[in-house]
Amino acid sequence: MCALGFPLSGWHIMKKLTTPRIDRCIGCHSCTLACARLVHKRISWDTAGIRIKSSGGLTTGFKASHCLACDPAPCASACPTSAFSRRRGGGVIVKKKLCINCGDCVAACPVDAIFQDYTGAVYVCIHCGRCVDFCPHNCLQMEEMGGNTEEEESA
Amino acid sequence: MIRDHFRVLVVNLSSGKGQVVQLDGRYTEAGGSGLAALLFQKYGHPERPWSDPDQPVLFAIGPLTGYFPLMSKTVCSFKSPYHDQYTESHAGGRSALSLCFANLDALVIVGRSERLCCLTLSSRSLDIKDVGFMKGMDVDESGKLFREMSPGSGHRTILRIGPAGENGAAMSCINVDTYRHFGRLGGGAALGVKNLKGIIIHGDAIFSQPDNKEYSRLYSEVYKQVTATDMMKKYHNLGTPANLQGLNDIKSLPWRNLQATSDPAIEAINGERFATDTLLRNSACSGCPVGCIHVGYVREMFNANHRYTFKQVAYDYEPIFSLGTMLNVTDARSVLNILDVMEKTGLDAMSGGVALAWATEATEKGLISDKETGVRLSFGDAEAYQHATEMLGNCSNDFYRLLGQGSLKAAAEYGGAEFACVLGQEMAGYATGEVFFAAQSLGFRHSHLDSGGYSYDQKHAEQDIDGVVDFLISDEAGRAFMTSMVSCLFARGVYKDDLLGSCLTSVGYPELAANIGRTGVHIQKLRWQTRIATGFTPEAITIPRRFYKIETWKGPIDPIYLNSLKNAYGKAIIALAGS
Repeated sequence: MCALGFPLSGWHIMKKLTTPRIDRCIGCHSCTLACARLVHKRISWDTAGIRIKSSGGLTTGFKASHCLACDPAPCASACPTSAFSRRRGGGVIVKKKLCINCGDCVAACPVDAIFQDYTGAVYVCIHCGRCVDFCPHNCLQMEEMGGNTEEEESA
Repeated sequence: MIRDHFRVLVVNLSSGKGQVVQLDGRYTEAGGSGLAALLFQKYGHPERPWSDPDQPVLFAIGPLTGYFPLMSKTVCSFKSPYHDQYTESHAGGRSALSLCFANLDALVIVGRSERLCCLTLSSRSLDIKDVGFMKGMDVDESGKLFREMSPGSGHRTILRIGPAGENGAAMSCINVDTYRHFGRLGGGAALGVKNLKGIIIHGDAIFSQPDNKEYSRLYSEVYKQVTATDMMKKYHNLGTPANLQGLNDIKSLPWRNLQATSDPAIEAINGERFATDTLLRNSACSGCPVGCIHVGYVREMFNANHRYTFKQVAYDYEPIFSLGTMLNVTDARSVLNILDVMEKTGLDAMSGGVALAWATEATEKGLISDKETGVRLSFGDAEAYQHATEMLGNCSNDFYRLLGQGSLKAAAEYGGAEFACVLGQEMAGYATGEVFFAAQSLGFRHSHLDSGGYSYDQKHAEQDIDGVVDFLISDEAGRAFMTSMVSCLFARGVYKDDLLGSCLTSVGYPELAANIGRTGVHIQKLRWQTRIATGFTPEAITIPRRFYKIETWKGPIDPIYLNSLKNAYGKAIIALAGS
């Protein structure tokens, strides 16, 4: 099990969260609230792996801030305690117990995908896909990352 | 955010300081409408005028805000510049979740700033800035500047007023996140008189999820009901404009200042036509996956060398009625052009359109002329209405200053009260019959959403005074509970009492869940007591003669029935407030 309680052992088809139809977004924040609620057990706009913003005011539509599954991930390279480690195929595996709340991962992320709360705790998309079913306009999609990949075991 | 009390921030613009106050009442006043009335009783001054600096403007959310879908509205209450009595106005956008994530059940604003200012707050900050440079700035431009000046993109609400609010127009609104409004009864002026141009609330708080599996299961169940079934389809398909054709078909749609209730020209501005010709996209309030906001577009060539301007204007049933059928403007893009000016000046589009309809008929009858209106008003002349809207919002002369206080105020000076379409305030777009006319006239907010009078009319041809009054009173109590949660009233078909009770229990309010009916009645009574303390008497409200002269699907209005209904409903309101 990973630190967030999801089974990770065995062989899986690795997937990543994508936003191929974000132009359909209506700004309801249901994906954000779902991630905060279901993954992080929080009621919040911020503590989520996907966060929705208007792209320059509500008249210009919306954009989603989320992990783009960089491979290798600069946030993992920046992490001094291995709380963030490389996820095969892209993105990161998070071990919260190892995190010292330094925020180096936040600074390293080129797309502002990691949120750090006022206690220092960080939140990033783990590509679990639980937000996808909560988008009323089907903006979100889990995509395969190119073949079967064995996931790393998490603490 | 789940707590057995209310956490309220009171900001005094005179001193520039805020204070966090804890207040009991969670299990009796619940939140939203109930909390707002409770707060007005604590901070309001019933005997003083609306413009007194000490009068509060209140924003309140409910116990389910942020925790369930469509619990996405905020109640704004204040002493109204329109009738100088206590009132509420409701809006969504991001306002409700912003307040929730600012860790507040309510925001109370008292005092008056010496200079034009904006209030910025979050769960961990409070700041009042001088924005004297925004004086007279329209809603669109001020929104752009506030976005640049404030933190929290995507996770904040930006409330602002336009020139109409700054100028004290009693039909000025508070714009919420561009496409929503605290529209009716002069919220814009209530902020304007405090020299408060904008309020920006950044929702940055983090709460623990309720620690039980039932909560997650219920959330998913509600989400499924509002997205995967047809229950909400009418709101996200054509949206409320779908009703235009239907009401026109049953002779219940006001045309040309209610000189008619049906016209074949509806086909040019019905919901289907708006969707086909102008709909650009949909948008949503935060926390609502329905996405009922319909954003239309207008593209206009302003220079012969193919230079275009492009406007995005959110439309609903009501502004199409007030700026379309009431003004006989039967071109969708022309309706949006007038609506765009209403938005920019910060006027309530419903009240503004109905007031201009009165002014047009007053012009036809020779009571007023270009001398007062600045531009010749005639039904169907959309360009003239755009100019008139700008003058109305800017209160640009004595006539428009008076008209901005309400059609009956202008009629008292110029004549024409008999054809002013006012039912407590400028009418909503339902010429359905006696029940609605009595219901809006005496309704708490003078809104068609106070009770289902417009719906009752469409289902009942028979006359039944006692039955109608019982319906209006009991329906209002149920809605008072909903607007204390604070739910969007579009969700009233989903959130029946059983489901509401389960939701309240799942987040930790079993006491409220067990007393939904009783709490709704209590809040209904509290609101009326608060209103009555500020001067409400049913006898002071008259129904103009125009409403007695129309014909609906039931036939001509029966004046005796209408008067009897109004009298009986008024007595029932006074009785419930005193019981």
